[in-house]
Amino acid sequence: MTDTTASSRPSAAAGPAARRGPALLPRLAPYLQAAPLTVVLVLFLLVPILTIVAVSFWDYDSVRIYPDFVLTNYTELLSSPVTWKTYLSTLKYAALTWAITAVIGFTVAYFLAFHVRSTTWQMVLFLLCTIPFWTSNIIRMISWIPFLGRNGLLNSGLISAGIIDQPLEFLLFSDFSVVLAFVHLYTLFMVVPVFNSMMRIDRALIEAARDGGAGGAQILWNVILPLTKPGIAIGSIFVVTLVMGDFITVRLMSGGQSASIGLMIANEISLLQYPAAAANAVVLLAVVLMMVAAMLRVVDIRKEL
Amino acid sequence: MTAGSTVELIKLRKAYGATVAVDGIDLRIPAGSYCCLLGPSGCGKTSTLRMIAGHEDITDGDLLIGDTVVNDQPPARRGTAMMFQSYALFPHLDGTDNVAFSLKMKGVGKEERRRRAREMLDLVDMGAYAARLPAQLSGGQQQRVALARALITHPGVLLLDEPLSALDPFLRVRMREELKRLHREIGITFIHVTHSQTEAMALADIAVVMNKGRIEQAGPPRELFNQPRTAFVARFIGGHNVIDDGAVGGPCAVRTDRIRLGAGALAGEIQVEGTVRSLEYHGAAVHLGLDVPGAADFAVVVDEAGYFAAPVSVGERVRAGWNRTDTHPLVP
Repeated sequence: MTDTTASSRPSAAAGPAARRGPALLPRLAPYLQAAPLTVVLVLFLLVPILTIVAVSFWDYDSVRIYPDFVLTNYTELLSSPVTWKTYLSTLKYAALTWAITAVIGFTVAYFLAFHVRSTTWQMVLFLLCTIPFWTSNIIRMISWIPFLGRNGLLNSGLISAGIIDQPLEFLLFSDFSVVLAFVHLYTLFMVVPVFNSMMRIDRALIEAARDGGAGGAQILWNVILPLTKPGIAIGSIFVVTLVMGDFITVRLMSGGQSASIGLMIANEISLLQYPAAAANAVVLLAVVLMMVAAMLRVVDIRKEL
Repeated sequence: MTAGSTVELIKLRKAYGATVAVDGIDLRIPAGSYCCLLGPSGCGKTSTLRMIAGHEDITDGDLLIGDTVVNDQPPARRGTAMMFQSYALFPHLDGTDNVAFSLKMKGVGKEERRRRAREMLDLVDMGAYAARLPAQLSGGQQQRVALARALITHPGVLLLDEPLSALDPFLRVRMREELKRLHREIGITFIHVTHSQTEAMALADIAVVMNKGRIEQAGPPRELFNQPRTAFVARFIGGHNVIDDGAVGGPCAVRTDRIRLGAGALAGEIQVEGTVRSLEYHGAAVHLGLDVPGAADFAVVVDEAGYFAAPVSVGERVRAGWNRTDTHPLVP
């Protein structure tokens, strides 16, 4: 009897200590599980952004940059009319590209989701949409040049068909060609999420709408469009952020005649004005984040993720 | 409320390519009746309902609602309304707007249509939940909203596609009563597709048993139960033993609760002998499965008192008997 109490006492004393050991791991486990992604995000997202923010307050001259804390980069940027003009033209590109890709993306996705009956054909046509993505952006842009140029395929075709006498000048190195290239490059980013949203629409809803007396256009407007909104929002975020940050398309397709914020930053970098470029980038980031926030306020995309 | 419409199917046929889903069926559903289309999955009952609703093209034959052939009419012009199996409520609209949908399509003003939708929601006791989105409603509540949405057009025929199958058993019984009450109150024709014979028995004025695209038998549930026409109906309705024995002359059906065991069996005019294979206590009754030559799945239902007066056990050989008047001949 005494033996058992004696032997049970040390184990009772060891109890809490032993319990603390294994209890630590369960409490740490969630942090450990989140750690790899946190490390990746900190290293490759947070650190670069913080670096850019820090550099945007540095000073520079034509040969080197100095660690400092000055606001001149921002004051020069925001007081320059060039900045505002460039923002305006970038926003114009974004708005035009967004509107056109939204219409084309919705139409293509609608056709794929509701008019192509067999799943096989849906997949085939969907893959067909991605074919342009098998080549690089630059090549896809450059290939427009011989087509749209003054003596390009389109102009010579139209002239020989007798439709026009003079080559159309607006086709290349213009806002038209810039937006055309953007639309070409980014429509798929609209098609994919919209198609995804549409495929999730229960087909019984369409029948229920028809049962309620809705015609084709009414179904589109009252059922399909509202249920596709999250997809349109996700596509819009892709397209708008891509266009806002672009510099190569604008440079190539406008022939250097138009500017965008991305191009402005690229020019500053090539002139080694890193702090100015950083300030510009921070402002651009803020603007784009505000645009995304505005879109998310309008449409709740959570259920789509 | 509008009075119900007669629905008449004449040689109605539906084929998907080479597969025939509905094989030339004739059926007349009187105005204001509650009709259940009953059958195993793939028997063509849902295709039939969808043809009546106008969501499926009619391959051949005619469909009359009221006095008019409506084969080529769109759903909304047939005077039918459908309640879908998954309810198909619009997830982006609240209860009121879901119910008001068809009024909106007709161009009824916002105030007017919302008022009428709320009245309809009150009818199905959902007035308090009118502002909720479908995702915020339980299955039973969603069903009531779906019902209100179907009824707001004042249809002559309400079509219900397995309306109770998504509910839990308790709610199913409650909604069943509710449907019956609603049918009595508004008096329109209900056509209800189900694979549950209990549901059909409980609800239908006319139950239509379908199999392989054809109608096996159509009639009041009591008639189906007491005079099943074919072996399929007898088996599907349940509560019957189908016996294919030369002794009784062709296939015939005997209700499982008309069979007596042991001493009582000896008083029966027809007797069989078999081994007890299974034994299930169901409270009011005890269900026995016997291995009897000439009858697959021979079942006997004995009331509790009768069974415990002379209990038998699994593996025991027993004699079962019944009166000649209880044998019901079947069409082979």
